[in-house]
Amino acid sequence: MEAAQILPILSVAIATSTPLIFACLGETITERAGVINLSAEGTVMLAAMTGFAVAKTTENWGDISLLLGFASAAIVGVLIALVVAFGALTLKQSQEAIGFVLALLCADLSSFLGSNFVRIPGPTVPSFPIPWLKDIPLLGALFFQSDLLVYTSYLLIFLTAVYFYRTRAGLMLRAIGEQPAAAFARGTNVILMRYFYTLLGGALMGIAGAAFALDFKAGWSHRHTAGYGWIALAIVIFGGWNPLRVALSCYLFGILQSLASVAQSTIPDVPTQVFTVAPFVLMILLLVLTSSDRLAILLKRLPPIVSRITTQTIQSIPPAALGKVFEQD
Amino acid sequence: MTKSFFYQISSFAIALIILTGMILLSGASPLAIIASMWGGAFGTLDQVARVVSTLAPLLLCASGLLFTFTAGLYNLGIEGQISFGAIVAMIPIRLFQDVLPPALVIVLAIGLGGVGGALWGLLAGALNVYGRVNEIFAGLGLNFVADGLALYLIFGPWKKEGVASMSGTETFHESLWLPTLANTDISPISLLLGIAAVVITLVVLRGTHFGLQLRAVGQNLRASYVLGIPSTRQLLSAFAICGSFAGLAGSLQVLAVYHRLIPSVSSNLGFLALLVAMLIGLNALLILPVAFFFSALNVGSLQLPLELNLESSLAGVIQGMLVLFALLGRGLSETLPPQAIRRQIAIWFDKKQTAKG
Repeated sequence: MEAAQILPILSVAIATSTPLIFACLGETITERAGVINLSAEGTVMLAAMTGFAVAKTTENWGDISLLLGFASAAIVGVLIALVVAFGALTLKQSQEAIGFVLALLCADLSSFLGSNFVRIPGPTVPSFPIPWLKDIPLLGALFFQSDLLVYTSYLLIFLTAVYFYRTRAGLMLRAIGEQPAAAFARGTNVILMRYFYTLLGGALMGIAGAAFALDFKAGWSHRHTAGYGWIALAIVIFGGWNPLRVALSCYLFGILQSLASVAQSTIPDVPTQVFTVAPFVLMILLLVLTSSDRLAILLKRLPPIVSRITTQTIQSIPPAALGKVFEQD
Repeated sequence: MTKSFFYQISSFAIALIILTGMILLSGASPLAIIASMWGGAFGTLDQVARVVSTLAPLLLCASGLLFTFTAGLYNLGIEGQISFGAIVAMIPIRLFQDVLPPALVIVLAIGLGGVGGALWGLLAGALNVYGRVNEIFAGLGLNFVADGLALYLIFGPWKKEGVASMSGTETFHESLWLPTLANTDISPISLLLGIAAVVITLVVLRGTHFGLQLRAVGQNLRASYVLGIPSTRQLLSAFAICGSFAGLAGSLQVLAVYHRLIPSVSSNLGFLALLVAMLIGLNALLILPVAFFFSALNVGSLQLPLELNLESSLAGVIQGMLVLFALLGRGLSETLPPQAIRRQIAIWFDKKQTAKG
């Protein structure tokens, strides 16, 4: 394939990945704090519906309608996350059960409440090429000729990574997911912090919903974002709970998706289902490889540098306290 | 008992109040909705028959899930187990429909469907037990793999003569359809299988050594292992049993409902069964009434778009709300006993008094 063919594939990939970047980084933040928000599928869908409905209703107000759409989607995400956090952290019930019920409930809620907004044109995020940068050959066309939402996602990746690994607060965030008892002994209010990060993650997942309905899959229809929430959960695992790797995995998924549409015409022998199923198979394989000791045994035979780099790139170990109840007295 | 009963009733009431509020806000009348759904579920004999025919796979799946829940596992892979069961059930139908007598093909299809589901369940189980992969993510991933496989077959090797389409594979011969009661959708065989599953679940979980061990594993995996219970085998059997029940449900979807393989053949029945199982806790006696209620909601809601111009997804909203509040209510009863609430109110009341005085 030539560069001229690859470029459109990659730009479609970035467009497909952007909402997932928000959803996956949100889930990453929540899970690193030790809480699984399994409601992603429902959260993204209900937030997409709400974001579209609000932006559509306020369409005459001008550009502010888009902002209102994103804000309301984020609020929906926060509210759903609040239910997860309350059930999991205050009532100490199974996070998986509550998240799962919410995933189904909110998906159905989005169909029930959004029936008046099905398949009508609505406002979309305008494109916004960045002056000068957009003229860089290749890179400009790829990264700097989209809209503010895409640029925000770049910024979000960078900020999340810096926050996780270069700030004290980020250290505490990782601590409450790994060693909540130790973090508590050092004076951190583990439950409060977990509430905060669950809500923050929920807000980002809500924004992901709006990113679908107001930008990359503009509009609303029955189960408009079906599947993306589950995919987001898989990508977080595939990315090993590390924001940079999670973001890369999102782009990898985007490339797979845009390849799928190209492959249909160029290599018809490969069934397209391969591309949609691949992320899940890869996730499971990676989990099998890294959660059992087999990989470690295998890597020990390699030279130390190689084994260290491989471990860092593909290791996928969940936060130690993920999904566990923490008794704080 | 009374305490948890109190919380269960109140959580039920709160769910209903929120639902009513939501319906009123959306401009509809709750009474009209109840009337319409009741009519949709029990209005005609056909509709009652549809409720009963949706009930059968739901009973199978909810019974299976009781095994995995008892073992402390969240088998979210049940959707894939249904789909894979349906796929495997198609194999004898495609191979032998013109060779063997129909009755034998049907038996083979049902049996193999169960085996297929069990294998898919065991795959999730093996990933969980030997690969140390969380069963939730293994299951969810395998759901997509099974759906992808079904799509591949429908659009590839098993495609319809002429053009492949989302409507599924070619409908197979009527002699292979499960017999139904006098022109209705009720298939006595499906229903019998469903009820048998509930009875087996009741007996095995309550009355056998295996059930006791499974409960021990579910309550405390480490302790049961130390006590010498073969926990690996217990966990794997739970996956296999649940998978085989789900696979049976899948084969029934093919034989009794669709008469072909369609994409997403599981029709969310597995997830609905998960809601049933979560609502009833581990009480197998409640499977039948709750599954019947959920099935009636699903069938009754189909009337909503016709009569009231409302989305039929309201059924899912009602089911979800009930389960969510049941979970929250259970949590409240564990963390916040009524005495504590009374004490809180008393303290608050005292403060008001002193502030006044």
